[in-house]
Amino acid sequence: MSAPKEVDPVLEVTNLNVHYDTGHGPAKAVNDVSISLKPGERLGLIGESGSGKTTMATALMRLTRPPGRIASGSVMLDGKDIMAMSARELRETRLRDIALIPQGAMSSLNPVMRLEEQIIDAIVAHTSGMKRAALNARVEELLTNVGLAAEVARRFPHELSGGMKQRAAMAIATSLSPKVIVADEPTSALDVVVQRQVMQTLGRLQDGLGAAVVLIGHDMGLVAQFADRVGVMYAGKIVEIGPVRQMIEAPRHPYTRLLVDSLPGIKVKQALIGIPGLPPPLVNLPPGCSFSPRCPFAFERCKNEVPQPQEVGDRQQAACHLYPEHSALPPMPVGPNDTEAQP
Amino acid sequence: MKALMEVQGLTKRYGGFTALDNVTLSLSDDAPSMTAVAGESGSGKTTLARMMLGFIEPTQGAVLYGGKDVAKMSASEKRQFRREVQPVFQDPFEVFNPFYRIDHVLTTPVKRYRLADTDAKAQSLIEDALKRVGLRPQDTLGRFPHELSGGQRQRVMVARAVLLRPRLIVADEPVSMVDASLRATILDELRTLNRDLGISIVYITHDLTTAFQICDNIVVLYRGTVAEAGAVERVIGDPKHPYSQLLVSSIPLPDLDKVWGADEIPVTEANAARLNNGCQFAPRCPSVMEQCWRAPPPKFVPDTQRLATCFLYDGSAVAPDDDVASVFRPPETARLG
Ligand SMILES: Nc1ncnc2c1ncn2[C@@H]1O[C@H](COP(=O)(O)OP(=O)(O)OP(=O)(O)O)[C@@H](O)[C@H]1O
Ligand SMILES: Nc1ncnc2c1ncn2[C@@H]1O[C@H](COP(=O)(O)OP(=O)(O)OP(=O)(O)O)[C@@H](O)[C@H]1O
Ligand code: SF4
Ligand SMILES: [Mg+2]
Ligand SMILES: [Mg+2]
Repeated sequence: MSAPKEVDPVLEVTNLNVHYDTGHGPAKAVNDVSISLKPGERLGLIGESGSGKTTMATALMRLTRPPGRIASGSVMLDGKDIMAMSARELRETRLRDIALIPQGAMSSLNPVMRLEEQIIDAIVAHTSGMKRAALNARVEELLTNVGLAAEVARRFPHELSGGMKQRAAMAIATSLSPKVIVADEPTSALDVVVQRQVMQTLGRLQDGLGAAVVLIGHDMGLVAQFADRVGVMYAGKIVEIGPVRQMIEAPRHPYTRLLVDSLPGIKVKQALIGIPGLPPPLVNLPPGCSFSPRCPFAFERCKNEVPQPQEVGDRQQAACHLYPEHSALPPMPVGPNDTEAQP
Repeated sequence: MKALMEVQGLTKRYGGFTALDNVTLSLSDDAPSMTAVAGESGSGKTTLARMMLGFIEPTQGAVLYGGKDVAKMSASEKRQFRREVQPVFQDPFEVFNPFYRIDHVLTTPVKRYRLADTDAKAQSLIEDALKRVGLRPQDTLGRFPHELSGGQRQRVMVARAVLLRPRLIVADEPVSMVDASLRATILDELRTLNRDLGISIVYITHDLTTAFQICDNIVVLYRGTVAEAGAVERVIGDPKHPYSQLLVSSIPLPDLDKVWGADEIPVTEANAARLNNGCQFAPRCPSVMEQCWRAPPPKFVPDTQRLATCFLYDGSAVAPDDDVASVFRPPETARLG
């Protein structure tokens, strides 16, 4: 549940810009993003493939690697500026204060090391003076926390199922009780029952630690099951953010609406509707609103002026020129938007 | 009913491990159908698909295509089978050779099956197939695999299948790597192929939502056995088998009134030993009864257009036929477009 308003944010991102240098100029994969997260809060971050979610997650840890670079902005973690930290401070901060469960974490486990050695490595890199017996006990505790039997510690990654590997990666990420956990698509490759188990595990871990979580996903489905608040990314920007129910039932940004609608339910058969067109090239963003070439509502101003985030509801912001003129998103124009054919 | 393909008592064992256990399923030739095969990881979906495609041989049972046993076909029959039954696989990275342009995947089948006698005809066939899956030929041809997105590569594979005008496409997790928007677009294309070109489709997935949206019938596998099968409206809309119930209740719906409870789900591992006797789901089943451990449950028909292999429905009629398709509903040829 969202924390009361007076609490200081545990994570505060301000005007973050991350670029990939390419032969054609910088690709603006994270474009002027600001978000703030309260302790214990669950923020979902969703958007199509390539919208910049992983780039953003990586930058929060200051793990951006060339050709990527953090062009500007600040990331304050519990009052400390990650961008200003020395290499040593940064090493200590990662895992201890903020931990990333990377996209494809299952395959990030070292295939030739038993699980217990990998977990112990992570712990001893940050704490000194723990005896072997204490370390073993800690490994067992961490595995139990993610619902794995203690004997799993002796196994190699290939001896684990996908869901078990994903949970092992979670055990490593939470080994030092971080204040913020960033989970980048932790369940994409898993079947739904295992997804549910993994998400329940993440929820339990978070409750135990009182940590804030940023959960990254493709669509509203999984995120709705978990998050208090949802941010929608499009072409490097957060185009809308708000409490999860409002985002599903009363989205204001046309892209959020289309993203919600592209996920069919199991009540009525309906036509499957993808979002027509493709995201813009990040090196050459259209002037004005990045979504304007695909937006069924686009009007003149959208093509010329970049919309800034504005309040569109209780704790809900959207970057869209339909507001403040409209009080809600108008009904979708009938018929598909075929100005832009699917390439 | 004339059958396009008949899967008869199909069993596959790897050593002592039974990956698929006595599955019988026929695909009608009367009307092009869309059938989903779902189930958790390791339940035997790919094993079934590979046998339907004739890539691996069954340990027991047979796959008949046009009445002929695929394992016993002559070279020329096999050739026709290979053309008429096309695979579309999950991982589009593996299929493409990174050093060849995309064109290669498309020109090879044209040459192998002599689909065109001139280069111009070949080109127009290829362009038509690409357009059918929503790709612009001029933006696709001449490119290398890494220059296309995952979703675009996946569509090239569908285009390759379309090129051969197959009777049946077996698509093994064709969209598991793409996001919801693109997934909707690609599946909509598959459904269009089914309707417009009369191609039957077996859609293997663990995404029950899309199975519900595009398919007529579904087979839910659990550890190599059929747990439930029938019309999607029945099996997904109102599941009867405790495993399908678990599966459906685990769908992450963007619906805040259907949020997952906090109750833990018993974990089992896909590769754990199969039970020798009894219902494979018994170790995890919340409704397990004494008799569930003693013998495998028969295929009960609790209402219409579906069967559930579960003793909870003891007392209902038992399916008259081993063929799970005996309870299928006819394909909706005139479904809303
Ligand atoms: N090393 C790189 N060089 C150039 N561009 C890159 C590089 N890595 C990522 N990009 C580009 O940056 C954009 C954002 O990529 P990112 O991986 O953050 O997306 P994402 O939202 O996590 O997508 P997905 O859902 O597929 O994981 C994409 O357009 C991608 O092509
Ligand atoms: N060549 C093989 N040798 C031994 N075991 C195998 C082989 N191929 C598959 N299996 C086993 O058979 C079972 C069924 O595998 P299959 O690939 O059919 O599952 P699946 O339902 O397609 O799973 P997924 O959703 O993960 O793709 C698994 O337990 C797998 O480990
Ligand atoms: S047969 Fe028994 S164990 Fe199997 S699913 Fe039904 S109730 Fe559960
Ligand atoms: Mg990513
Ligand atoms: Mg498979």
